[in-house]
Amino acid sequence: MSTMIAPARETVRAADRVAAARRRVTMGETVAQTLTMAWRALKKMRRNPEQFFDVALQPILFTAMFAFVFGGAIAGDVQSYLPLMIPGILAQTVLTTCMATGTQLREDMEKGVFDRFKALPIARIAPLAGPMVADLLRYTIAAALTFGMGLVMGYRPGGGVAGVLAAILLAIVTGWSLAWVFTWVGTIARSAQAVQGISMMILFPLTFLSNAFVPVETLPGWLAAFVRINPVSHLVTAARDLANGPVVSAEVAWTLLACLIVIAIFAPLSVRSYKRHI
Amino acid sequence: MSNAELGRAGGAGLAVRVEGLVKTFGEHRAVDGIDLDVRPGEIFGVLGPNGAGKTTTLRMLATLLRIDAGRAEIFGVDVAANPHVVRQLVGVTGQYASVDENLTARENLWLFSRLQGVAAPRARRVAVELLGQFGLEEAADRPITQFSGGMRRRLDLAASLITRPPLIFLDEPTTGLDPRTRGQMWDTIRGLVADGCTVLLTTQYLDEADQLADRIAVIDHGRKVAEGTPDELKTAVGDSTLQLLLAEPGEVPAAVAVVRRALGSDPVLSPEQGRLNVALDQADLAADVLIALRTAGVSISSVSVAKPSLDEVFLALTGHETGHETGDRPGDETGDDGRTRMEETR
Repeated sequence: MSTMIAPARETVRAADRVAAARRRVTMGETVAQTLTMAWRALKKMRRNPEQFFDVALQPILFTAMFAFVFGGAIAGDVQSYLPLMIPGILAQTVLTTCMATGTQLREDMEKGVFDRFKALPIARIAPLAGPMVADLLRYTIAAALTFGMGLVMGYRPGGGVAGVLAAILLAIVTGWSLAWVFTWVGTIARSAQAVQGISMMILFPLTFLSNAFVPVETLPGWLAAFVRINPVSHLVTAARDLANGPVVSAEVAWTLLACLIVIAIFAPLSVRSYKRHI
Repeated sequence: MSNAELGRAGGAGLAVRVEGLVKTFGEHRAVDGIDLDVRPGEIFGVLGPNGAGKTTTLRMLATLLRIDAGRAEIFGVDVAANPHVVRQLVGVTGQYASVDENLTARENLWLFSRLQGVAAPRARRVAVELLGQFGLEEAADRPITQFSGGMRRRLDLAASLITRPPLIFLDEPTTGLDPRTRGQMWDTIRGLVADGCTVLLTTQYLDEADQLADRIAVIDHGRKVAEGTPDELKTAVGDSTLQLLLAEPGEVPAAVAVVRRALGSDPVLSPEQGRLNVALDQADLAADVLIALRTAGVSISSVSVAKPSLDEVFLALTGHETGHETGDRPGDETGDDGRTRMEETR
């Protein structure tokens, strides 16, 4: 380290900089910044592979566990439970995966680097949306493993490759949309543990009070009413139709509509509370 | 309003203009009506103890904290009204390295370049250039977790310079660094100004402000208590202090009389028995005092000459010592390396 003094070069002129300054972030810049943030999140994942434990283990464990525990009681035997259950597990694993989005954002926000993100002239949404784009990889792994485990256990989806891929795609889109809820929780909660706790309270009713594991007809009326409006139920039904059909039912549209509503509400809320955090 | 008008809106050519800045945390007024004028091309030092409101002030100017009251302009651009423009004009280096610990040094510089719209080939070049300039070539591809404190600070500063912003904020740039690294950091900061940048830095070390700053604002309890060149501030306490311990505590009145005759000013009595502190305009005057004491037959058991500490400047300016308990931020008190710190005299 012979010299730390900047080499002589053209002088910084403040007035020119003020004149050249952009007044706001354009849509194109926002996308580019989000992708750069996604690159950062992917690097981070590669260096902390333990982040993949949940997405790798949960589909395998839950598929085996649920099939043997509930199979006989609900569908008579394991084989006939699989077409009902696999799409349910798919929804559940994807939801668990998006819960981690919030926890990790909270942990990340406590680090010094977020100070720099806030001080940079970048779109406020980029540090939030970037990791979510990278999480698409996690959803894909979780969804693929769920179906893989099902196939190993003897599940033969009637929808074929196209139906299964469509179901996986729908699950990923839904997971990404619902992740905004957890991102918002990540920006309002005081600690990563709090995010975890709150997320659990959102996650359990959403997955278990749905048609993911049991037929709606077996539920009491008031519960069935909630189960029918639960977006997770729409996802599960849509995924079942796709994977076992293949049938593209109106449930796909309902699921996508629910996703849009969730994004429209929680993305702005997240950005607002992230801004207030500074 | 065009950008040209934006910059002319006020400020009269100042790099930073702050009027009556206030930040309240609950009941606590962390920043309580601070005014600052920083001229382009100067190094301006904000000097004060922990918890004085230095970091809070800087964070408000860097758009990291909302301004509760008052006005702040960066090159004539209002901070509260146009944060996005201000963020393009300012590079911020925090007290705690604000780089990504999951990435290498090179990846960090790449990340911050790309985020600021630097095209990929140029981002690669900028990273190499900055790594070289800050002596980080060899560590370029090592994880940051293996970096020393000094290396992190350098990377942090490098990351602030990617777009060569005209104004740079440095929050306690050398706190916790060893003397050698500290000297290098000072050289780097001087180099920035030579490039045409303006630097606003906070510090709790008088010698750092003295070495670097063209002008200093001393703040305490969220208020500015003094402002001036380092020389002006030091005249308030003398250039150095002669510390005397008398062999006989009973001879203090005699010693005071001797000092008064020799220098025309009164020494400060220390709470410790028989100890006197004499402010000197020049260190040479110490000899005059000692000879006068010898002539008067006052015997001394120990003697030392020291530069005035920030504590003495504070005492002279505010009439109270600097021992604050509240930090600017939690965990504010970073490692001590034996330099004059306010805690010493608490």
